[in-house]
Amino acid sequence: MKAAVILLPGLNRDRDMIAALTKISGQAPQTVWQTETSIDDDVDLIVIPGGFSYGDYLRCGAIAARMPVMQTVREKAEKGTRVIGVCNGFQILLEAGLLPGALMRNASLKFVCREVRLEVANANTVFTQGYSQGQVIRCPVAHHDGNYFTDADTLAEIEANNQVAFRYTADTNPNGSLNNIAGIVNKAGNVLGMMPHPENLIEPAHGGSDGRALFESALGLVEA
Amino acid sequence: MSIPNIIPITEELIAAHGLKPEEYQRILDLIGREPTFTELGIFSAMWNEHCSYKSSKKWLRTLPTTGPRVIQGPGENAGVVDIGDGDCVVFKMESHNHPSYIEPYQGAATGVGGILRDVFTMGARPIAAMNALRFGAPDHPKTRHLVSGVVAGVGGYGNSFGVPTVGGEVEFDPRYNGNCLVNAFAAGIAKTDAIFLSEAKGVGLPVVYLGAKTGRDGVGGATMASAEFDESIEEKRPTVQVGDPFTEKCLLEACLELMQTGAVIAIQDMGAAGLTCSAVEMGAKGDLGIELDLDHVPVREINMSAYEMMLSESQERMLMVLEPSKEEVAKAIFVKWGLDFAIVGKTTDDLRFRILHQGEEVANLPIKELGDEAPEYDREWREIGSLSPLDTADVEEPEDYGQALLDLLGSPNNASRRWVWEQYDTLIQGNSLQIPGGDAGVVRVEGHQTKALAFSSDVTPRYVEANPYEGGKQAVAECWRNLTATGAEPLASTDNLNFGNPERPEIMGQLVMAIQGIGEACTALDFPIVSGNVSLYNETNGEAILPTPTIGGVGLIDDWNHMARIGGARNGDAVILIGGDCSHLGQSAWMRDCLGRAEGAPPPVDLMEERRNGDFVRSAIRNGQVTSCHDISSGGLATTLAEMAMASDLGMQLGLSACHGPAHALLFGEDQARYVVTVPGDLAGYVMASAEGAGVPFRHLGAMSGDSLRIEGLMSVPVSALRATHESWFPAFMDVPEALAAE
Repeated sequence: MKAAVILLPGLNRDRDMIAALTKISGQAPQTVWQTETSIDDDVDLIVIPGGFSYGDYLRCGAIAARMPVMQTVREKAEKGTRVIGVCNGFQILLEAGLLPGALMRNASLKFVCREVRLEVANANTVFTQGYSQGQVIRCPVAHHDGNYFTDADTLAEIEANNQVAFRYTADTNPNGSLNNIAGIVNKAGNVLGMMPHPENLIEPAHGGSDGRALFESALGLVEA
Repeated sequence: MSIPNIIPITEELIAAHGLKPEEYQRILDLIGREPTFTELGIFSAMWNEHCSYKSSKKWLRTLPTTGPRVIQGPGENAGVVDIGDGDCVVFKMESHNHPSYIEPYQGAATGVGGILRDVFTMGARPIAAMNALRFGAPDHPKTRHLVSGVVAGVGGYGNSFGVPTVGGEVEFDPRYNGNCLVNAFAAGIAKTDAIFLSEAKGVGLPVVYLGAKTGRDGVGGATMASAEFDESIEEKRPTVQVGDPFTEKCLLEACLELMQTGAVIAIQDMGAAGLTCSAVEMGAKGDLGIELDLDHVPVREINMSAYEMMLSESQERMLMVLEPSKEEVAKAIFVKWGLDFAIVGKTTDDLRFRILHQGEEVANLPIKELGDEAPEYDREWREIGSLSPLDTADVEEPEDYGQALLDLLGSPNNASRRWVWEQYDTLIQGNSLQIPGGDAGVVRVEGHQTKALAFSSDVTPRYVEANPYEGGKQAVAECWRNLTATGAEPLASTDNLNFGNPERPEIMGQLVMAIQGIGEACTALDFPIVSGNVSLYNETNGEAILPTPTIGGVGLIDDWNHMARIGGARNGDAVILIGGDCSHLGQSAWMRDCLGRAEGAPPPVDLMEERRNGDFVRSAIRNGQVTSCHDISSGGLATTLAEMAMASDLGMQLGLSACHGPAHALLFGEDQARYVVTVPGDLAGYVMASAEGAGVPFRHLGAMSGDSLRIEGLMSVPVSALRATHESWFPAFMDVPEALAAE
């Protein structure tokens, strides 16, 4: 399967993401600049990496979500192309309306970079099928605004639909997210947003490779 | 309101520009007439201490700055050192002390921004940052506010820009109550055949302004940073710049793209004294004049005067000399990244620095003399007498060694800094092999299978105060040792010299003697200084900071599969002390922080011993014999052992019976050139025999085992208790309502 990475000014984990996708899939992803509106037809996975698009000015992800490339991402997502947004990418997907809810400032009001533990809350998605249900994996976080919030009805709906892909273990929730939510998928199950950075834990030099199975799953490299 | 250029030059005005009467006379002699207001501003910007190094130059020249790997020493935006395979590391450390005290968030943020710009101006992509921070006493009313603002500012800029912060220091002392220190380090990697310099070449070529627009922020910043503080400090807030890491990130990408097109003949970032300093530097270095037409400078405020534009320190700006045939392609790159690109002048052959504004010439000065003829002082200095060593018999042993260790580990200066570095992105770029908490930060070199770079920043100001010469040596030795403790070969260093008012002979004495010590150590350890920065006048109401010559060092690891960490020791590993038994308690952290005594001479630094012991440890690490390693510095052997036990999450069963001397000196003394290594039990005999063969003193202290740090007859403390104490001080200090209220 072929991947594409969306590039916007101010993103800064784009090179990490490109390196991870290249190492795992064996081929470099297509890169798509914010003003471009075409993504190759053979792309099956679109990734919006982390960073501070447009400096996180206005609201995290708000300006990026309105750039031309995002219309194409939306159309592709509606047709079933897999989309992953990590960190700022998650914020952009929320601002673009592709996922429900919002990410508020961390409860500590501080940027936090540390390793947390994630429980695979739903191993039955195209992104998590490489993990087992309830498996606890290591993963780093690095963000200032990762405190997932939504209204009670939406939260109940997300939970009822098994849209929560990853939860922080209760003792490692770094930001005060509701229900310890670290990552969610859309109803159709082809769009994933998550705050932690699996791309920074894919090889021995990173001190572990727990993040690898996510990309292997999304790229169709594991048996469903 | 705009300031007209027809302002009478009065004595008050000259003094307000930080120029002494004799310096003003020098200006009159040089140009043969009274300067215009704009010209006075330009002279003030070029001739202040911060930009001209007028008090320190004579002594800085004595430092070793060359070596087989050194490609570029001091004098450019950053130093450049060869790391093989066509790559080089570009690095520098710079202070942003004065602005950070006035406006902690923006002061620290723009300090980080400035040093990153220094690195990428040379064509390098930044790969690592560090920050050496010093604050006043924890109970001083401003301290929490400063810690909170500075740490958030460092993180706010570095995290958004996207560089991992992999090391640094945080220290508290009442002597920094009126002047905190923010020393920012950055390193980048470039190709050795694609390094960009500031020397302009070619007459009649366009001078291009790149990046963010010019505003009124930071006007006079460099002059402010060259003066002492007093009660009027709040009025200086407008001299602090405001950082925009988003624009800087765009500027980085645009500059690196631009440099690949062949459009850049010379490039210089606008740091202290902004447009003035960058233009003069490019012209003077290239033996060319520069003519600027300020009407073309992108501005974000209306009615800016020539004076304001020339002295603005607005951030995220660059000046370059453009290859004219590449104008369109260059411009397209900057448009893509949403940045300004404006031709604002040209190079000339008349060696004049000419400024045009609204059709009038507002400055016309000799460009070489602006830099070269800056005053240089051979300031009076007084030799600082050395203190005699403290007799350990004069210091009572603690009743309970376990409690003494816990007291030390839980004290402000020895507690874990996790609260600080978890606010920094330590992992971005995916190459961080060692993050803060160990001896040095380690980052692998992208595109290379096994190579990595190690970074450390060090100085022990209380030693420098007690003996500037030995203290200067020690700062270098400790930095070299921290790099060595990872298995890295120390390559080169950068110095950030923070002192008080050099017009006082005792302060000048500290500076001179510290530089002498640094020079001797750098020579003995083959650790040349390739870049640096001097920050003087760190005084408030006549009280100076502790003399703080921070050393930032870079080391090379050939194969990161064979590096050492502070943790990673396994059950049964032998614990071996490399270096002699400790006999000096003078100026130790334990005496200062637990007994309230700052007495005696600091431990002397024997550079031959330092080198011999370090070379031995490095080779043992590289031979794969070492499972973990940590140097012995502040807090002595006991602290080193405790930190290793915590990092490995494993106890130690040790005994000091083979060591000579009183237990408190053995455990808490800070003799230099020492390490603790752990090695697999079956290799212990071999490693000790090798040490003996190399003439390196060692002690077999015991083994890793259990869940307590146990030293026979002296202490037995659970590792969990060590950790709880070590980790609790900082959050308890900062995460209180008053701290939040101060933000």
